[in-house]
Amino acid sequence: MSASRDTTRSPLEPSATSRRIAAFLIILYASIAFIPMVLIVSTAFKSVTDAISYPPKIISEPSLEGFVNLFTQRTRQSAEYLETLPPPKTWYEEIVRKRNMVIAGPSRFIQRFVNSIIIGFGATFFSVFFGTIAAYAFSRFRIPLKNDLLFFVLSTRMFPPIAAAVPIFLMYRKLGLSDSHLGMIMLYTVVNLSLSVWLLKGFIDEIPKEYEDAAMVDGYSRMSAFFKIILPQAATGIAATAIFCLIFAWNEYAFAILLTFREAQTLPPFIPTIIGEGGLDWPAISAATMIFLLPVVVFTVLLKKHLLRGITFGAVKR
Amino acid sequence: MAEIVIEDLKKQFGDFVAVTNSSLTIRNGDFFVLLGPSGCGKTTTLRMIAGLEFPTHGKIFLDTEDITFLRASQRNIAFVFQMFALYPHMNVEKNIGFPLKTQGTGRSEIRKRVREVGKLLHLDNLLKSKVSALSGGDKQRVALGRAIIRRPKAFLMDEPLGSLDAEFRESMSFELKKMHNDIDATTVYVTHDQNEAMAMGDRIGIMDKGVMLQADDPLTIYNKPRAKFVGSFIGSPAMNFIDVNAFVQKGSTSVKINGSNLTIPECHEDSNIDFNYLGIRPENIKIVNKGDIRGKVYGVEYLGANKIITVDTEFGRIKVRAPSVINAKFGDNVGLEFDSNSIIIFNGDDETAIKSQFIN
Repeated sequence: MSASRDTTRSPLEPSATSRRIAAFLIILYASIAFIPMVLIVSTAFKSVTDAISYPPKIISEPSLEGFVNLFTQRTRQSAEYLETLPPPKTWYEEIVRKRNMVIAGPSRFIQRFVNSIIIGFGATFFSVFFGTIAAYAFSRFRIPLKNDLLFFVLSTRMFPPIAAAVPIFLMYRKLGLSDSHLGMIMLYTVVNLSLSVWLLKGFIDEIPKEYEDAAMVDGYSRMSAFFKIILPQAATGIAATAIFCLIFAWNEYAFAILLTFREAQTLPPFIPTIIGEGGLDWPAISAATMIFLLPVVVFTVLLKKHLLRGITFGAVKR
Repeated sequence: MAEIVIEDLKKQFGDFVAVTNSSLTIRNGDFFVLLGPSGCGKTTTLRMIAGLEFPTHGKIFLDTEDITFLRASQRNIAFVFQMFALYPHMNVEKNIGFPLKTQGTGRSEIRKRVREVGKLLHLDNLLKSKVSALSGGDKQRVALGRAIIRRPKAFLMDEPLGSLDAEFRESMSFELKKMHNDIDATTVYVTHDQNEAMAMGDRIGIMDKGVMLQADDPLTIYNKPRAKFVGSFIGSPAMNFIDVNAFVQKGSTSVKINGSNLTIPECHEDSNIDFNYLGIRPENIKIVNKGDIRGKVYGVEYLGANKIITVDTEFGRIKVRAPSVINAKFGDNVGLEFDSNSIIIFNGDDETAIKSQFIN
């Protein structure tokens, strides 16, 4: 019996069969998770008619109508009036003309997108900035009431942030922070801060103190030791923390719909309000959603090499 | 190079006293080893010399300059850490050149000196490697390189061989000592390993519970411990201690233990209280057939050239280092002969040695 036993692999390693089962489960989960993405992307490239046709069309003529609708405001005109116009100069005018409309001007989408970028990345920057400084202090210095302070920082996340919506709403109205970029950046920074302090403290705890000692004996001040020695080594943790903070700030809906209307409105409350004629303009909404997803995807891909080590922090032996 | 003087140093962390009552002079060119069990304050002392901690009380001088509260970066001292503390985001060359870079040395000068140091430490081929890819010994060489490149006044080393393999440790310790001699440095070296301390140190300072007990050359430390702790910490097996339930007076040449009189070197001072310890090294006791002090053999350990014989006597268990030709078995009744010239009496209260003809 023992002669036929496979001794090439360690008994601790998974067998080929269990590996195959694992792969199958992952692929199954990935395909299910991917269905909404496929729907969003395919709808974004459908014409309005195809998007709401019954029975639903899975494959249809690709069309950029959704994108044109997303970026423009249009008015419907009579056939006689359209005849008097010169022929359309651009491809997008042509798409609009086919539906008996003319372009009246750009939509507000780009402005909302810029708002999302400013608020999302601004809040991420400040969360990580303050988080790193606080985490370094908690990790390295004797601070009175350190553990109580750390617990207090964590306790801000023990209730859902939206539970404080009413006081925040009143406070923001009094202070004139409603519908302002600054107000939203501050809000998201505060909400993210506890996460970033705790995550980053874990990372900085893992960096041996000797590095700073060595740098300080070698001629650096504590400040330059922090910037030149600690920061480069905490890069992984900072990247991972930044992704988590960005995902929250970018996707946040409840505060955004409550506190922003015009100037500082972000994409999450804006996208559902994209209305076409006679109902929701699904291709335009899908196009908006697709564009909305891109920055986080790009950011995550850029920081990918840090992320895997980052989210398993503490688990990997130095 | 430099002389380091420590005066009445004390360091307190909250309620915890890490170092107290410690004074010390480390002579120019010495390889000075700070030895003690973990938690005895040796690392704290070293960190205060380096400027990584400030003392609660006391003074530190480097040559004649008072450096007690000078920043680490302004002391011109190099520190080698147990964990090496090589900067992982820099390669070997940049790690070694780092202290020069912080001083604003020119790039070509840095490159020249890194190459010199690389040659000295046999790192020439590794200069471009990442530090994470190096073996423990090479990492330690890089850490040494980073220390010597600046030509500092003194080297401080905190268990630099502690994380190396045993076989590597020995060859590295020779290299370290050789480097110390080659560049004519003053080195302070912290360890808890008595063999390392005896092998490497020109002088050894022994600390326990935050107090510097004795600083002497290895031979004196071994033969003439000034504190009971030194006798028990140094030497394997440790010094034998026998309780003396009597007052020891100035001028006395014997002590009474359990009715029998033992000859000791003439005492030059009184004992503090009427309870004392008699200390004697295992090799200063002979196994004899006759003799007043008798006991039963409890155990025999063969160490090759000699053997350690443990004897149960009426005043406790005594270890004897005997030549391996001596035949003794478990249960044998043997006599012991003490070499009276090398006996030390320790005070029962503060455990310091009483001055005598042998130790002064």
